Amino acid sequence: MSTHVFKPDLPPPTLSVGVLGWLRANLFSNGFNTALTVLAVYLIWLMVPPVIQWAVLDANWSGTTREDCTADGACWVFIQNRLQQFMYGFYPLSQRWRVDLTVLAAVLGAVPIFVRAMPRRWIYAIGYLLVYPWLAFWLLHGGLGLQIVETSQWGGLMLTLVIAVVGIAGAMPLGILLALGRRSHMPAIRVICVTFIEFWRGVPLITVLFMSSVMLPLFLPEQISIDKLLRALIAVTLFEAAYIAEVVRGGLQAIPKGQYEAAGALGLGYWRMMGLVILPQALKLVIPGIVNTFIALFKDTSLVIIIGLFDLFNSIHQATVDPAWLGFATEGYVFAAAVYWIFCFGMSRYSMRLERRLHTGHKR
Amino acid sequence: MTDNAKNHTLGDKLMIELQGVNKWYGEFHVLKDINLSVRQGERIVLCGPSGSGKSTTIRCINRLEEHQQGRIVVDDVELTSDLKHIEAIRREVGMVFQHFNLFPHLTVLQNCTLAPMWVRNMPKREAEEVAMHYLERVRIPEQAAKYPGQLSGGQQQRVAIARALCMKPKIMLFDEPTSALDPEMVKEVLDTMIQLAESGMTMLCVTHEMGFARTVADRVIFMDRGEIIEQAPPEEFFSNPKNERTKTFLGQILNH
Ligand SMILES: Nc1ncnc2c1ncn2[C@@H]1O[C@H](COP(=O)(O)OP(=O)(O)OP(=O)(O)O)[C@@H](O)[C@H]1O
Ligand SMILES: [Mg+2]
Repeated sequence: MSTHVFKPDLPPPTLSVGVLGWLRANLFSNGFNTALTVLAVYLIWLMVPPVIQWAVLDANWSGTTREDCTADGACWVFIQNRLQQFMYGFYPLSQRWRVDLTVLAAVLGAVPIFVRAMPRRWIYAIGYLLVYPWLAFWLLHGGLGLQIVETSQWGGLMLTLVIAVVGIAGAMPLGILLALGRRSHMPAIRVICVTFIEFWRGVPLITVLFMSSVMLPLFLPEQISIDKLLRALIAVTLFEAAYIAEVVRGGLQAIPKGQYEAAGALGLGYWRMMGLVILPQALKLVIPGIVNTFIALFKDTSLVIIIGLFDLFNSIHQATVDPAWLGFATEGYVFAAAVYWIFCFGMSRYSMRLERRLHTGHKR
Repeated sequence: MTDNAKNHTLGDKLMIELQGVNKWYGEFHVLKDINLSVRQGERIVLCGPSGSGKSTTIRCINRLEEHQQGRIVVDDVELTSDLKHIEAIRREVGMVFQHFNLFPHLTVLQNCTLAPMWVRNMPKREAEEVAMHYLERVRIPEQAAKYPGQLSGGQQQRVAIARALCMKPKIMLFDEPTSALDPEMVKEVLDTMIQLAESGMTMLCVTHEMGFARTVADRVIFMDRGEIIEQAPPEEFFSNPKNERTKTFLGQILNH
């Protein structure tokens, strides 16, 4: 009789050591990859230096009028000069602190939601979501002691954010309900949801905005006038909800029947089954799709130009046609692109972090 | 295996009663006039060839499937399309599935506390105590903080049993709990089930583990093509089956 002697545990082998190892493994692993690396380096060398030359080295950074832009590069003086307008639109100068405070409250209020050690985080989050919109509306619009600022004076990045945040916050719950409704066993609910989704998916956002602003008033009696921004917000929300609904439905379909059965067998009713078991898994699966939709939404807010709202893009566009700054459209659009990119990239990064954090090991 | 698994007295109360239950999938007649009563504390093993309707039968008992004719009464509540009745019955009936069906986004502990907290409104701390108690009973308290995806099949199935027990059910249904497991893990799950039987739980198991049936069952039921062909205590069932179909079936599964 012999007893088997088990081998000791060894550390895993190190495949690539140091910088050279990394380079070899990632950039020069074979002839084709080496050629690609060389080509990429060449393209970078071709494109990056001129851009840096224009945007940084030769750029004009200080001054007050276009006469101060003497160097060959970009005229950032233009952006500096109009920055306030790009951020706040025509919001009264003396009241702009209210916009800053709204943003500050949003950020500070949201921080505890992301502190994982905080007890009763969910209750706090729900409370925040219920209270903050009213606070934000009061701060931005006024009333109850604050000077009223009509929505027609809102503009710039602030307006872009209002549309995007309201659109996202409204489309998400509505989209989830529509997705659930589309899979409902009750025919009436299913038909309503399918009709709703297919209607909004079938029309371009630009048409929806146009109809909300130009055609709706024709059908409404004259004394009823709904705020133009409010109409745009409703249009964007309903439109995006239809997209979110389809993304979420994709996630719902990926959840195995056994999950429904196990939840049902434990006595969970429909809403608890959905809220505690099915949706957490389905939504996690479709984070990429949801974020994709939100990024598209964020950029699509610029379409409100069609109904004469002065969001970030429209503000910049207006400034580029101002006779005082004619000829600096490039700077304006580069700035617009940069701001949109920062927000969209931020969303994208956050979603990647969220996905990693929610990953709970391999399914067996 | 212990003999005391069999030394128990049955209560007089009928926990499950099926009277003339019929069910169709479209044109296909799956269950044909099923009559079955299960007394409190009784342990029943259901066996039969694949597709004979075993799963369908036990899934009708907690309404995962709907029967179209006949009566099903569980713990004095009749199963109708009334959602209140269905939920009331599901609270009292635990179920363990072939493929475990643990919730992959929750830890083992959260899997166990979810239903007590949300269905029985138990405070979190108490639910966790109950969960740890049952995780200890299935001998995996040390896995409480892990996610199901990090456990072996046998461990997952024991968590599934603990999860069902946390609702303190009066009846436990098992649908082939060991047939998705490697042979090495079958024993750990069967041991858990035997232990559960010893505690006096009313159990209805679909299984082909005949050793388990011999040790634990009060009655073995043989189904074929949607009908109950034969039922008898295990000694009689295995040594002296009455029906030709039963003999062939037993010949097949005992000879490999
Ligand atoms: N949803 C369904 N739609 C149509 N037919 C079904 C459905 N579910 C099961 N069946 C059929 O009903 C019959 C009984 O199925 P059931 O799952 O109860 O069998 P079983 O005895 O549990 O078999 P197994 O040992 O393979 O699990 C089978 O012939 C199966 O094909
Ligand atoms: Mg089956």
